Amino acid sequence: MFIGYFTERPYQDFDSGWVGATGREIEDLGMTNGDYDPKVGAELYNRYLDEKVYAEEMGFDGLMLNEHHSTPFCMGGVMNVEAAILARITKRAKIVLLGNVLPIWEDPLWLAEELAEIDMISRGRLVTGWVRGTGRESVAHNSQAPFNWERFQEAHDFVVKAWSTPGPFRWEGEHYQYRYVNPWARPYQDPHPQIWIPGVMSRNTVKWCAEHRYPYVMLATEIEPTKQSFKYYDEVAQENGYEASTEHHGYLFKVHVDETEELAEEAGRKYISGPANPFLEGNQGTVRSNLQNLPGLTSRTQLLPTVSTFAAAARGRQDAQQAALAEKDAEVDKQDSDAFGTYEEQVNKYSIITGTPKTVIPKIRHVLEELRPGNIFFWDGDGAMNHDDAMRSLRLFGEEVIPAVREMGKELDLKGAFEVNTGSGAAFPGD
Amino acid sequence: MTTQTDTHTQLAAEVAGLKVNALQDGSGPNIVVFHHSTGSPGWIPFYDLLAQHHTVTAIDMPGYGQSERPSWARHPRDIAIMLHSAIHKMGIDSDAHLVGLGFGGWVAAELATMHLHGLDSLTLVGAAGVQPEEGEIADVIFYEFEEYVKLGFSSDDAYAEVFGDQAAPELKELWDFSREMTARLTWKPWMFNRQLPPLLQELDTPTLLLWGEHDRVTPIGVAEVYDANLPNSTLKVIEGAGHLVELENPQAAADYIAAHIGA
Repeated sequence: MFIGYFTERPYQDFDSGWVGATGREIEDLGMTNGDYDPKVGAELYNRYLDEKVYAEEMGFDGLMLNEHHSTPFCMGGVMNVEAAILARITKRAKIVLLGNVLPIWEDPLWLAEELAEIDMISRGRLVTGWVRGTGRESVAHNSQAPFNWERFQEAHDFVVKAWSTPGPFRWEGEHYQYRYVNPWARPYQDPHPQIWIPGVMSRNTVKWCAEHRYPYVMLATEIEPTKQSFKYYDEVAQENGYEASTEHHGYLFKVHVDETEELAEEAGRKYISGPANPFLEGNQGTVRSNLQNLPGLTSRTQLLPTVSTFAAAARGRQDAQQAALAEKDAEVDKQDSDAFGTYEEQVNKYSIITGTPKTVIPKIRHVLEELRPGNIFFWDGDGAMNHDDAMRSLRLFGEEVIPAVREMGKELDLKGAFEVNTGSGAAFPGD
Repeated sequence: MTTQTDTHTQLAAEVAGLKVNALQDGSGPNIVVFHHSTGSPGWIPFYDLLAQHHTVTAIDMPGYGQSERPSWARHPRDIAIMLHSAIHKMGIDSDAHLVGLGFGGWVAAELATMHLHGLDSLTLVGAAGVQPEEGEIADVIFYEFEEYVKLGFSSDDAYAEVFGDQAAPELKELWDFSREMTARLTWKPWMFNRQLPPLLQELDTPTLLLWGEHDRVTPIGVAEVYDANLPNSTLKVIEGAGHLVELENPQAAADYIAAHIGA
């Protein structure tokens, strides 16, 4: 089993009015960086790096970073810089990038070079991962939404070739063109770092991922849809002539451990306070559906179907959107709640797991038994949690939770992507 | 709003292996209309007014409505080239007056620069295509698509007069659907082409620039740039109207066009 640690690194400015129920709206792409304080940013970047170092000391196998743009819920706009620093200041843990937003890179050769450098500096500890990004990312870096999926696939093919095929070669693609591909930096790992793909549901991505035999990491989705996505992955795997197993499945979920149940609840409630990710459970922010639904980000049929069926489909979708908006409006007024439900509801459905090691460990076991992922990430230290909250939890993870979860992994035979090669199904040498 | 098609002639042409559809009605000299970025809503009252003395052909631009998507197209100029061919294949060889609405106005302007002496007249209604010296062309990316259409009217009340408080689901779907093709054709820069103004200087076709007084989508500064570069242009402003003058004040729009093309 592979056990990683994750936080989105929110921009926490307790003087800004954004943290807690102050009434100051947290709207996606609706906040000016005129309110950004680089001194606060400096403290937070260093804090999050320190916590990653401590996470390694506490026995985590992987330190996961992610990337978002023009938003306070994630400070990892240039995640590769953080990864490069971690490459130098950590010793053992994998540095897991989930992931670079491939379609917004105008020059993926530069990305190939950056990642190769990180892999070398870390002496082969990079796990690279790629995403399509949300509409926010396409807007922030002005990447043409209708070609997002095409650009993702082409940039992937290009970077893998740049890493694994001796240059120079020429690349005249649909979206990327190079007359001389011969980067003077190649990945430490041969032929290249493992590629893991994070996601939330997109069937397109699950299918593509299974076709490439890459681990697919579900990001804090609820248990039942997560199972369905893993099932779909497994079906595509069968169609492609192999049996997918635990090493192909990854799951990120919110777990906070604390010294007492009272402290755990106090910190746990902070998941849904402050500038946490407005697209996942645990936020007080406002999403803008037009940014989520950029034209062409999800491609439609090329021709309008007949009006009658189209209208029916439209009505259904609009009704669903309106119902979702009404639900969100109703929830916004409730403190300690978000679009998905109250804190208590999230705890009840395992969307947030918090408690002392004694209460947390059985809940983790429940999730592992239900989903059987070989690669897991505990999402902690987020929302309005402060450094002390994060450090208490990390210590208890190291002292009690990780050892127990490793035993569970053995007992449940949950092998991770560094025990079994997802491409060949063979055990790695020495494992 | 009339969307029925059975009283109008449906035309189709194949261009670059793809089907291009159009509706046609009326008799007399040809007027060809290119629709907005939100797609063609079908046959609208404005077309009936134009069709009193003309043959009006309203084309679904490639990738919109019932016209197949050229997946390779990356610029309105690609669409202009296809439409030039489509118009020819639909039998409209001469006496053609071209009317472009909004984004369709940009496509019409591109076509005109490639067809310098082939058009009897050009009318650009709230057309995109050039960068205004001040302000910017409204960006659909920052709006719910229905809000974007509302922005096309001088007021929400004017929108409601045409579409009601809630537009028909079929129309909303059309608007939503059409955004994708538009986003394939223009993204950066948004809604204009820096190569167009110098090329417009070669176009001596009589051109009417028709703008709504309260156009909140394409600022009047766009018309001024067209006017400054076109050797033979006239700018007319319809008082009280927004961007979608053909919906908000079809009679005034049709009258101006009729006067321009000499009906």
